Amino acid sequence: MLEMKPNFNRPDETYAMLIKAHEGLSEDESHAMNARLILILMNQIGDHETIRKALDLAAAVNRKS
Amino acid sequence: MNKPVAERYPLAFRLYPYAQSPDQSAQAPVRHPVIVVGGGPVGLATGLDLGTRGIPVLVLDDQEGAGLGSRAICFAKRTLEICDRLGAGAAMLEKGVQWNIGKVFHDDRLLYEFNLLPEDGHAYPAFINLQQPLFEKFLHEAIVRAQAVGAPIEIRGFNRVDAVERHDDHVALDVMTPDGPYRLEADWLVACDGAKSPLRNKLGLGFDGRVFEDNFLIADVKMKADFPTERWFWFEPHFKSGDSALLHKQPDDIWRIDFQLGWNIDRQKELQPENIRARVSAMLGPDVEYELDWCSIYTFQCRRMEKFRHGPVLFAGDSAHQVSPFGARGANSGIQDADNLAWKLAMVIKGLAPEALLDTYDQERVYGADQNIANSTRATDFITPKSAMSKLFRNAVLDLAETVPFARTIVNSGRLSLPCTYDGSPLNGPDCQGLPFRTRPGSPCPDAPVGKDWLLRLIGGDLTLLAIDTDMPEGFAAHGISPKQLRLSSQSNPALCERYLGEAKSAVYLIRPDQHVAARFDRFDADAIAAALARVLAKD
Repeated sequence: MLEMKPNFNRPDETYAMLIKAHEGLSEDESHAMNARLILILMNQIGDHETIRKALDLAAAVNRKS
Repeated sequence: MNKPVAERYPLAFRLYPYAQSPDQSAQAPVRHPVIVVGGGPVGLATGLDLGTRGIPVLVLDDQEGAGLGSRAICFAKRTLEICDRLGAGAAMLEKGVQWNIGKVFHDDRLLYEFNLLPEDGHAYPAFINLQQPLFEKFLHEAIVRAQAVGAPIEIRGFNRVDAVERHDDHVALDVMTPDGPYRLEADWLVACDGAKSPLRNKLGLGFDGRVFEDNFLIADVKMKADFPTERWFWFEPHFKSGDSALLHKQPDDIWRIDFQLGWNIDRQKELQPENIRARVSAMLGPDVEYELDWCSIYTFQCRRMEKFRHGPVLFAGDSAHQVSPFGARGANSGIQDADNLAWKLAMVIKGLAPEALLDTYDQERVYGADQNIANSTRATDFITPKSAMSKLFRNAVLDLAETVPFARTIVNSGRLSLPCTYDGSPLNGPDCQGLPFRTRPGSPCPDAPVGKDWLLRLIGGDLTLLAIDTDMPEGFAAHGISPKQLRLSSQSNPALCERYLGEAKSAVYLIRPDQHVAARFDRFDADAIAAALARVLAKD
């Protein structure tokens, strides 16, 4: 089951931590780190159907900028 | 005028030299119940299986034996079990190389190593490495032994099929020999003539799928040095040999090395011994002594025919489906085709089952082929990512795999070839709650020790009723068949208990002649078993 309601216990700090982790990285390094992070979080979730819903959601809100 | 029959490639073993047959001087074309075209692993297994079931079978091959070159080298447990049933498994196991340790490298780094830790309680290991010509030779030796005790199998070397006419109830063949052409007819034709299948082309049948633009260089090298019996796989190897490389041991001090070369290569140049030696030396290191034994460059595709049965013509093995080499699913799946087809064809020829049973060969093996194609395509896409993003994730997986165990589960250099479970097959009868998932209807029976023997050997190639910890009356028969009966106790047999009973107190399994579970019950019920038997024979 994909969590749609807020689930962070420290949302602003967690988000800031994500941005800070990319500071000083080249674009290639950032992409590589994001890929590792996605894999680590996917394993944390584990459940195939939940990950499918997360992918569907991420694809659905894709807007042309 | 058709060209004369000639040697197309050098042979490793001359197994069935040409000899003139009375059919060649017959007034009218001689009709055979079954003709198998192709004397490779799948054709030999099909001929042997049919012959041991008492069906007269003629195998035609345009050469006289097993071609030189290792080619398919990984033979999986299920293949060995099938070959054991056919009388060839023990010789394969004795000659084959077993290994459990694998190492995975990226560039020049060892990422991790693994131990396969095979499950106990099986007569055969997860797989062995064995050169294809030896595999064919052992099957042929089993055919010779079967012939000696009356199995009606005939193999004709240097018999090339030049034309095929398909009729509703038979086929007619124009066959070329060193003594000129002759005609043959067959009620059933099994096409085991390989990925380029001339029969498929002559019948105008399609073979669609995905082309992978890649070339592989196989170098078999002979090393006397003390090199460990392990499988080594490189992603993006530091010795600059394309996207991947693989080192694998075969019998007789031969090592298989696969180099993935990419698409735009100069074949002639890559095949020159000095260029091959440059690659091999870069891989093994400067101090390792070796000789080149056999080299080849090949490409591959992932594709299959839409249907494997076309009236009286049945396609099996590479002629019906082709996969990438990752995961050893070519020859292994072809042997499963033979295993699935032979008993069905025998039942139909003996009048025990309607032709509809052969449509289930198509259904079940198309399902199996799709699984194999999906598996080998996934491995190929992991090894050779097709987009920048795919490569980014692949390398992220490899970077994590060095330190984080979870990432190793998605590193894919080819998955172990496992037999297909025919979930949803029309031959599957009822299941029974509480029995183990792995032995559900459609699944291949896992082996288990029974005293000093093995369960699969006791089942053999017969339709079998297996009763565990429950009574079963003798002499049960239905639909013209008396299944073999096995009565076993799970007491002090933990493997049998775990694989066939689970939490249940007792079970009765109806097992097909290819050792797949057809139906299962908690106890013997004659009416229910007769109904399941009708279903196995496609009679309901």
